Amino acid sequence: MSDGLMQLLDPEAIVLGSDASTNEEIIRILAGRLEALGYVKSSYADAVVHRERTTPTGLPLERADNVAVPHTDPEHVLKPGIAMGTLRKPVTFANMEDPDEKLPVGFVFLLAINDKDKQIEALQSVMATIQNPEALDGLRSARTLDDVRAVLG
Amino acid sequence: MSRQKTILFACGTGIATSTAVNVAVTEAMKKRGLTFNAQQAKATEVPGLADGVDFIVSTTPISASVTKPVIKGLAFLTGIGKDKVLDEIEAELRK
Repeated sequence: MSDGLMQLLDPEAIVLGSDASTNEEIIRILAGRLEALGYVKSSYADAVVHRERTTPTGLPLERADNVAVPHTDPEHVLKPGIAMGTLRKPVTFANMEDPDEKLPVGFVFLLAINDKDKQIEALQSVMATIQNPEALDGLRSARTLDDVRAVLG
Repeated sequence: MSRQKTILFACGTGIATSTAVNVAVTEAMKKRGLTFNAQQAKATEVPGLADGVDFIVSTTPISASVTKPVIKGLAFLTGIGKDKVLDEIEAELRK
């Protein structure tokens, strides 16, 4: 169901049950992991935070804990990777399609994408996960990496 | 036979969500027996590219100055209301 997500989702870049209270806080936590792991340049975190303000990435799933997929331009990316954070309490992101609408977000997939033609499968697997309510419920209760692997395979 | 139409897929960066939407629409339209040319761009680039395409599918708001039809593509990310949007796209492709 979510084939391939674990291929680009670095286990070291998974943060479960974060206490972050704003979208900027969780973006910077996850971006810090991607930077430390060599996926992105030091400019990436600021670029994502800025882009989230101008073109937000919250996805309305008609849940109490929606999903956001922050990302930015390829120039800030060194190699493709994905970080994931789940939040203990949802934080607010704006709706991608209607930036005036605020969404409670419980899951953040931070994307480091630099070649759309090679990263289609990873993007598709992120979308498949987003569209699978059972997978999201499983991630919400995940406390260990093994829990995450059991959900995302 | 009518001319092959061109869809411009747009999103904030022109690389992430527009790619996912492009792939989803291409696969779904193939099943409906329809093909098209695809382009991708940042939402901010759409006003300069709109003249060269038939319509736009975007996950983010597009400038009101664009006169070509704009179809909302968020359904392909959320999965909610996908069939209805596919019907809209099919109708534009069959025009």
